[in-house]
Amino acid sequence: MTKRSFLTVMLLAIPLAWLPAPADAQLLMNGAGATFPYPIYSKWFEEYIKVDPEVRFNYQSIGSGGGIRQITERTVDFGASDGPMTDEQLKKAPGELFHIPTVLGAVVATYNLPGNPQLSFSGDVLADVFLGKITKWNDARIKALNSSASLPDQPIVVVHRSDGSGTTYIWVDYLCKISPEWEQKVGRGTSVKWPVGLGGKGNEGVAGQVKNAPGSLGYVELAYAITNKLPAARIRNQAGKFIEPTIESTTAAAAGAAKSMPADFRVSLTNSEGTEAYPVASFTWLLVYKDQPNETKGRSLVKFLWWAIHDGQKHPAALLYAPLPAPVVKDIEAKIKQITFSGRPLLAAQ
Amino acid sequence: MAAEAAAAAGAGTADGLSLPPRAISARRAGLADRVYTALVLASVWLVLLLAAGLVAALIWESWEAIRTFGFRFLVTSEWDPVAGEFGALPFIYGTLVSSALALLIAVPLSLGAAIFLAELAPSWIRPPISFLIEMLAAVPSVVYGLWGIFVLVPWLRDWVQPILGRTLGFLPLFQGPPYGIGMLAAGMILSIMVVPYITSVSREILLAVPGSQREAALGLGATRWEATRMAVLRYGRSGLIGAILLGLGRALGETMAVTMVIGNRPEIAASLFAPGYTMASVLANEFTEATSDLYVSALVEIGLLLLAVTVVVNGLARFLVWSVGGPARGGRE
Repeated sequence: MTKRSFLTVMLLAIPLAWLPAPADAQLLMNGAGATFPYPIYSKWFEEYIKVDPEVRFNYQSIGSGGGIRQITERTVDFGASDGPMTDEQLKKAPGELFHIPTVLGAVVATYNLPGNPQLSFSGDVLADVFLGKITKWNDARIKALNSSASLPDQPIVVVHRSDGSGTTYIWVDYLCKISPEWEQKVGRGTSVKWPVGLGGKGNEGVAGQVKNAPGSLGYVELAYAITNKLPAARIRNQAGKFIEPTIESTTAAAAGAAKSMPADFRVSLTNSEGTEAYPVASFTWLLVYKDQPNETKGRSLVKFLWWAIHDGQKHPAALLYAPLPAPVVKDIEAKIKQITFSGRPLLAAQ
Repeated sequence: MAAEAAAAAGAGTADGLSLPPRAISARRAGLADRVYTALVLASVWLVLLLAAGLVAALIWESWEAIRTFGFRFLVTSEWDPVAGEFGALPFIYGTLVSSALALLIAVPLSLGAAIFLAELAPSWIRPPISFLIEMLAAVPSVVYGLWGIFVLVPWLRDWVQPILGRTLGFLPLFQGPPYGIGMLAAGMILSIMVVPYITSVSREILLAVPGSQREAALGLGATRWEATRMAVLRYGRSGLIGAILLGLGRALGETMAVTMVIGNRPEIAASLFAPGYTMASVLANEFTEATSDLYVSALVEIGLLLLAVTVVVNGLARFLVWSVGGPARGGRE
């Protein structure tokens, strides 16, 4: 390299050397986890810049399993999961982890029949279809719930998610609560051993298969079903009412569970109480350490959480997530106030 | 350090070239050669170390599953993440069958296209056709998958499978309800994806066959097909097997497009209409949400098995190349 080209390179490098400096003044919060709430979280991170321009978020939507692993290994500042951590997983974490509910999602049963009539299901019928015990659309038990719809003498093609997913977890968690046989034979998890059916990758894979194949029945996220105008079945809730899946009926599921909410929020909202509650709904959670390892970051994190469960709650509906009901927000407030740095609470009295 | 040494070595030889050969001192030439040898040797070791490191990491990460299930992992069909029971047989079966099906469809098609391009096509038509076939290799696999879901699968379900079921339904291969999605769809998608690889490599091999081969055969009164079959294909067969191997490698490892159309059901079914599952697909599907250690470890073991299956299949094919015609003549091999 000649002397002159060396000088040129050095001169070019000087402005580059300056660039990282402003970024240092900002605080970068790293998070990882669930894919389901990714759209609302990125909306929040974008909106939050207006509230606190000093904080930037970097969220990797790698899946709930990955989020749990990363927060357990402390490689991120917060994790995110669609399913609550198990006791065993919590024990592995180096500190006490809090589950902070952020928004709610619901899972709907979608189908493809001639004319797509509005169908109604009860949990036990759905469980038996997914167990392979009800195989035809004109089965007497489906007919009994849908007397007005004309149901063809056609086999039911069950479609489920092939990828591990929080959506699957919510769906099978509901089936477990309704059907002891499902609980014993299949159980709950982000991936399960399906007794029957075809696997589609992602909501789009399931929806694509259902749309294409006459006689199929699958489950997708509420938001996905609404944006793609898929037929969605009404499902009978604990109170015996057939509830249409909507944002309001999803929020109602959390409201119904509010009075029996456990202190750690690790609660399943499926088949919850409340006359208006849609029975296949769930929280999605952010996972944060009770005792934060870094004071500055911890302070910013609790400020963000506080904002998310208050002002942030006006954003979910536009993105088709259900906001938290007011009584649950009160409970979460108390939880956020317990987050500390070396024993001292991080959130000043609000 | 290595880069500086390389620059020095490069500069040394470049300077040397501009001078009369005797001006290069023996010492400098010796040094340059040693540096050159060391660098090349270092590259080969690095590649080998990377491969060894990959295998070691896979074994290390899958140790828990290997210890828990042992050999049973290879021969059982139970895949139940909730109960913690894992067996890889349906995935191994799915990978092998879908790839075999892909080759069954793609090999005659690709060889036909390659023969046309190398032997029969007028010269002005060769470049555009070759270009179009090679374009197929540039299509991202997720696009193939979407095309599979929205075009291929409905077509299979509404036309191909009912017809096959009616005419050849006495064979277990073509029984069962026509979902569209399943092993047949996966094999067909894969065949379309491997055609460009096999076609372009085969065409190059056929073009490399000396013209004297054809002339001799035609001179003896052979028809064009006889000349192609006896003089050209025989001459290039080891290279052609190499081309097919390249396609097979692609088919074994393909993930996205297969996942979207195979139905993702870990079961071994005789029918090609039934859904199946491949090793690459289960990794893509379940790795992100696998939470328990044993589950992750079982998935990593699937990755290890996929590597092993690829090595075994390639080894068998090498053996085939070796047994049909010894060392390379006119081809890649």
